[in-house]
Amino acid sequence: MPLTAAQPNVRVVTLKIDNRDLSAREDETLLEVCREHQIPVPSLCYLEGLSLWAGCRLCMVELVGQNRLVAACSTRVAEGMVIQTDSPRLQRYRRTLVELLFAERNHVCSVCVSNGHCELQTLAQRLGVDHVRFSYRQVHYHLDSSHELFRLDHNRCILCTRCVRVCDEIEGAHAWDVMGRGGQCQIISDLATPWGESETCTSCGKCVQVCPTGALVKQGTSAGEMVKDQHFLPILARRRHAR
Amino acid sequence: MHLDDLAELAARHRAEETHEQEIRVCVAASCQSSGSLPVLEALKEACATQGNGRCKVKGVGCMGLCSAGPLVAVAERDAELNSSLLYRNVTPVDAPEILASLQGPPVERLRCPTDQPFFQQQVRIVLERSGLIDPESLPEAIVHGGYSALIQTITEMTPAEVIREVTASGLRGRGGAGYPTGLKWSTVAKMPSAQKYVICNADEGDPGAFMDRAVLESDPHRVLEGMAIAAYAIGASKGYIYVRAEYPLAVARLETAIRAARRAGFLGARVADTPFAFDIDLRLGAGAFVCGEETALMASIEGLRGQPRPRPPYPAESGLWGCPTLINNVETFANIAPIIRKGGAWFAQIGTEGSKGTKVFALAGRIKNTGLIEVPMGITLRAIIEEISGGIPDGKRFKAVQTGGPSGGCIPEQYLDTPVDYDSLKTLGTIMGSGGMIVIDETASMVDVARFFMEFCMSESCGKCIPCRTGTWQMHALLEKIARGAGTDEDLALLEELCEVVRAMSLCGLGQTAPNPVLSTLRYFRHEYEAKLRA
Repeated sequence: MPLTAAQPNVRVVTLKIDNRDLSAREDETLLEVCREHQIPVPSLCYLEGLSLWAGCRLCMVELVGQNRLVAACSTRVAEGMVIQTDSPRLQRYRRTLVELLFAERNHVCSVCVSNGHCELQTLAQRLGVDHVRFSYRQVHYHLDSSHELFRLDHNRCILCTRCVRVCDEIEGAHAWDVMGRGGQCQIISDLATPWGESETCTSCGKCVQVCPTGALVKQGTSAGEMVKDQHFLPILARRRHAR
Repeated sequence: MHLDDLAELAARHRAEETHEQEIRVCVAASCQSSGSLPVLEALKEACATQGNGRCKVKGVGCMGLCSAGPLVAVAERDAELNSSLLYRNVTPVDAPEILASLQGPPVERLRCPTDQPFFQQQVRIVLERSGLIDPESLPEAIVHGGYSALIQTITEMTPAEVIREVTASGLRGRGGAGYPTGLKWSTVAKMPSAQKYVICNADEGDPGAFMDRAVLESDPHRVLEGMAIAAYAIGASKGYIYVRAEYPLAVARLETAIRAARRAGFLGARVADTPFAFDIDLRLGAGAFVCGEETALMASIEGLRGQPRPRPPYPAESGLWGCPTLINNVETFANIAPIIRKGGAWFAQIGTEGSKGTKVFALAGRIKNTGLIEVPMGITLRAIIEEISGGIPDGKRFKAVQTGGPSGGCIPEQYLDTPVDYDSLKTLGTIMGSGGMIVIDETASMVDVARFFMEFCMSESCGKCIPCRTGTWQMHALLEKIARGAGTDEDLALLEELCEVVRAMSLCGLGQTAPNPVLSTLRYFRHEYEAKLRA
């Protein structure tokens, strides 16, 4: 009796992204496939190793034959899909979203410790955002320097919740959360106590490393000095998952 | 328990009550707010002293014409609203006179004619017992057919037959989107899972809408019955009603109804002495509009922050705690019992080709008769606004009617002859929504209307996704600027661009539909925007 190969649980599908024929496991998302093949789909909330948030909407792509856009991070691949990731319409929408972010809080790069190492800044440059057409909200947010190692500047926060998720899912502390709704949304530690007085924070610094902007930074860094390292995340996540 | 036992229960309750005439006082929220409770007390008192023992005074649910409240109906026992004597703006002082009129001529100065179009043009299916029965009495619901459809389904029908009947009725979801109910039920029924849930979405939050509140306050058992039938059809054993805490009266009546239904065996481990088990719990929402969105609603029930998540997976596949979940609106569930009792084919005869049955609307704004109506689908907007609602007061001209709340849009005068159904409203750039209808007269500025709805969306955005959180803020700021006459052509262009981006990029229905009031007012009243622009 001939030996049969072990039946895989998932099938492989073929699809077309930006006119490239690609194959993918059917349990992969469009964004995972794009990242694997170096197709640059922008995203600010997605991070490999963290749960799905789907809040920044920057990874929206066109599904040919369908008028509605789909989010690449939360859409599974399917056989025969034809995807456009960089149409003029998408570029225009993404530019508008980045402009909206800049107008929402204070993102003055020149005085930011993350200048040069900021994902929002890089994205704005790549999308060609050289000015903001919207009026600035001009809300004054606090700067929380109560922690001896780190600092939280709400003015730089884009509410991607990477910090909330990494603290909950990887560190297991759940020191961070979101308070309020709409424009009043704000990241809080514990029950809105100063970070330095947080009883749950383990000072591991993972939140600081995954933060895409200068909202969470190390104390003592000066303009342009804050460089972040996110390589640990997928490795840690995989180990946790395997265990 | 069989249908015979239910009939016997009803007969026993009838025998216990010997009164021939009823004085019904509306005790739903709108009439309570205009002082119906003291009226009820005064009438009860007068009945005790003046009555001859053949009359009963009781509190009932909404009779519809809220602007004329407190409403009191004097009727023969079990007689319908249209064949009763209706009194409007009743005060406690009027009680002795009303009692005295039982044997004599009616009190003319209080009379509210029931032969006017407001009452005559309605077809009451969802509201068939509203204003007729005491919402806090299970026996009264049973006397008027309550729970007979549930007993019929669990003793005589298979789940597949129930779904077939609901599918045949052509009923579409009354929460707004109009998804075919039968299709939704069969999808959840086909999911292989030991644990499934039924959720009733009673998180009504649209400005100007109070249909669900009225149904829950007037006839809560009808919703429980619909949910139990749904649970039997899809194989669920647990249900939740997610109701706003801002509806304290609806919550209290639901609690009373659930307790009574449990005690009588219509809910619980062995529903009506059959192996079918189903129970319902209440979940109070803290009043966030986004929690009406099904994924946010489920997150809230689970005890999490009320925020939406991307779909798929749809709740039918992975809902509450990852289990297949059926979510329907209050009015959808309220339609189920009559469909089972009279058959899907009967229901499908009412309404239009693509939209079957009736729809409950909350009429508000600049009209003579504001309140709650139930009309067959396909009735024209003109019939609703000019006839049923009595037209615009103070000799003003009609300008537009806003339907569908913050997700909907405005319809101008030239489309008043459009039949009200899901598809026609969609072509006009608005939606049926859950059934709010706000009539706007010539004195209103449409820019202000758009600004009002945008302010609502801005403050109700959950803040999870960028386009909705900051896009609505910017749109509101632009509308504010244009409204005060400081806007420029660029501002209007920017507003239109934002409409497009927020609609296309938002995560959930709230953001995706937030631009609709702006888009629809721009479509029909662009000149008003342009007139406000700075030259």
